[in-house]
Amino acid sequence: MFLELFYGLRQAGVPVGIQEWMMLVVALEKGLHGSDLLSFYNLSRACLVKSETYFDAFDRVFARIFHGVEGELSVSEELLDWLQNPKNFEGLTDEQRKALEELDADELMRRYWETLEEQDERHDGGGRWIGTGGHSPFGHGGEHPTGIRVGGRSQNRSAMKVAEDRRFRDYRTDSTLDLRSTKVALRRLRNLTRQGPADELDIDESIDETCRNAGEIELVFRPERRNNVRLLLFMDVGGTMDPHYEPVSRLLTAFHEERGLRDFKAYYFHNCIYDLVGTTADMYRKDAVPTGDILRKLDERWKVVIVGDAAMHPAELMQPRGNINPRYENETRGIDWLWRIAKHFERSVWLNPEPPASWEHTRTTEIIGRLFPMYQLSVDGIAGAVGSLIGSRPQAPNLH
Amino acid sequence: MPESSEFYQFKGTDGYIASRALLEAVNCAIALERPLLVKGEPGTGKTLLARHVAEGVGLPMESWHIKSTSKASEGLYVYDTVQRLNDARFGSGDVADIRQYIRHGPLGRVFASEERHVLLIDEVDKADLEFPNDILRELDEMRFTVMETGDEVVAGKRPVVVITSNNEKELPDAFLRRCVFYFIDFPDVALMRQIIDVHHPNLDTKLLDQVLIKFYWLRGQNELRKKPSTSELIDWISALLRSGVDEQQLQSHIPFLGSLLKNEQDTDALNEYEKGEGRFPDKWSDLGPRFNQ
Repeated sequence: MFLELFYGLRQAGVPVGIQEWMMLVVALEKGLHGSDLLSFYNLSRACLVKSETYFDAFDRVFARIFHGVEGELSVSEELLDWLQNPKNFEGLTDEQRKALEELDADELMRRYWETLEEQDERHDGGGRWIGTGGHSPFGHGGEHPTGIRVGGRSQNRSAMKVAEDRRFRDYRTDSTLDLRSTKVALRRLRNLTRQGPADELDIDESIDETCRNAGEIELVFRPERRNNVRLLLFMDVGGTMDPHYEPVSRLLTAFHEERGLRDFKAYYFHNCIYDLVGTTADMYRKDAVPTGDILRKLDERWKVVIVGDAAMHPAELMQPRGNINPRYENETRGIDWLWRIAKHFERSVWLNPEPPASWEHTRTTEIIGRLFPMYQLSVDGIAGAVGSLIGSRPQAPNLH
Repeated sequence: MPESSEFYQFKGTDGYIASRALLEAVNCAIALERPLLVKGEPGTGKTLLARHVAEGVGLPMESWHIKSTSKASEGLYVYDTVQRLNDARFGSGDVADIRQYIRHGPLGRVFASEERHVLLIDEVDKADLEFPNDILRELDEMRFTVMETGDEVVAGKRPVVVITSNNEKELPDAFLRRCVFYFIDFPDVALMRQIIDVHHPNLDTKLLDQVLIKFYWLRGQNELRKKPSTSELIDWISALLRSGVDEQQLQSHIPFLGSLLKNEQDTDALNEYEKGEGRFPDKWSDLGPRFNQ
């Protein structure tokens, strides 16, 4: 069972090594786990997991492996109660109630654990996930005659309850994005080089030279170390991006506040980049600049980040005059502009606020994904994008 | 004094409310003689923890506050060459004895001491990315060599090491692997009541309820760029108490917003919300099922 925890964690992507495992084994030998499961939960988490971003994965694996140890007892009593008094629940039609009553306890438990494992966000309403409201058998505040209450008021929290609570969902790096973690991710966007006028005193060299000069002081100067990264940002402000307003605006703030960049320019577009891009998010025609000018003025060393959901009607991407914004007309196809950008600049990435699982279902996302390395707009995604902008391996996009 | 580290058991102190999980993590670190790495939002009491661990187990404490310019070797020792040069020119001090010019840093002092210490390495993420790697070996083996003299400093009593991090930089894996990790989560309502009781004892319960409802509601607003933390809540309560605001006035309005929100856009957004149709919650049930009391 304990080894199962180890491999379960590794499978769930938690970086656990032999060293952490040995630490836990030594701790167990010393009897630090006491006699109850909650202590063991606290102890194993402190030893095995080294970042709060993995707490959620740990909770899920722990709940799955140890749910037989004590969870069964505490839950099934409650379950029996609920099973015996299904009439206390009103608001369901007879038909629904009948269908729900047919779920027996074993089936319910099995589905409960399955659902807990699958579920990865808070859920209110609906019929399947665990959450509040709705008519799923799992959750609380809802209506289901044989349901299991998850969380709730209990004061004596057992380890299973703690694990099941999954309070650390918010810290997962693959799903949330706050300003601070975005800044941390962007901080890697640095490429320090010595360029420009030699105006910084190089003390080591000066001492060496002075010694060679037999004590006559000889000062040596060198250029200051500076971040040499220039960043060009294109941002989609189209209608389908509205739900992603929060993470996108945080990313924009983080870029603006990243003072380490040598130069930073941001332009806006709607769904796809065409002949003109906006200099403000309002996309007024008078403020627009030709995309071609940008390509002419900025050399290939600029790093390009495009933020957009890449989901549009295929015609908007593949046909001339595909722009759905009537204020702009385009002779050149959107795909050609994107191709030019990908070809002109050495490094470019696409950040997509939609989850990666949905990318292959959208044809335009798939096409654009062949032009640009595409990452999700999440902390992990931004870290990956920064890696491909800065890292030693140049991208090899498929430019056909 | 018994040698066994089990002798030291941290059980919390009067001035510091620690959850059971935190106590267990601290005791685990003490027993395994591993550094305890504490992470958490600013204002959750990471630095305070070390002081109270020292108080709780009755050991003296040494702190090493890391700055962006800190170097690992400074924690061990500094060779005061300028003093030696000065002495050489003006003929004071024993210039031939280099040991006179070796000054131990916090880590060095703790190692050299006869007594077991609690060592706080505060905000380790402030320093250079490589900094944690540079102190790895010293923390692991609890010994280092003074290059200039060849002397080896070996810790007689392994100190209890508490390291805090604000998550500004990622810490290297090799470093993490050696630590016991604890993440101070934001306190839930019950724990928050205890914490407030330490700072503002005998607060009117109705007022406290209104304060907490408003506070947790504010924290629940994802649009906020900087969410208020525990220390800001305590300041806010001080302000409320001093001005004599009662729970009636609190029900539909949040006074002294400046002590909770530290960002202009956040304050503007909330004022907009209040000017519009927006109303503030005044019952726990308004906050959703997670807050059912």
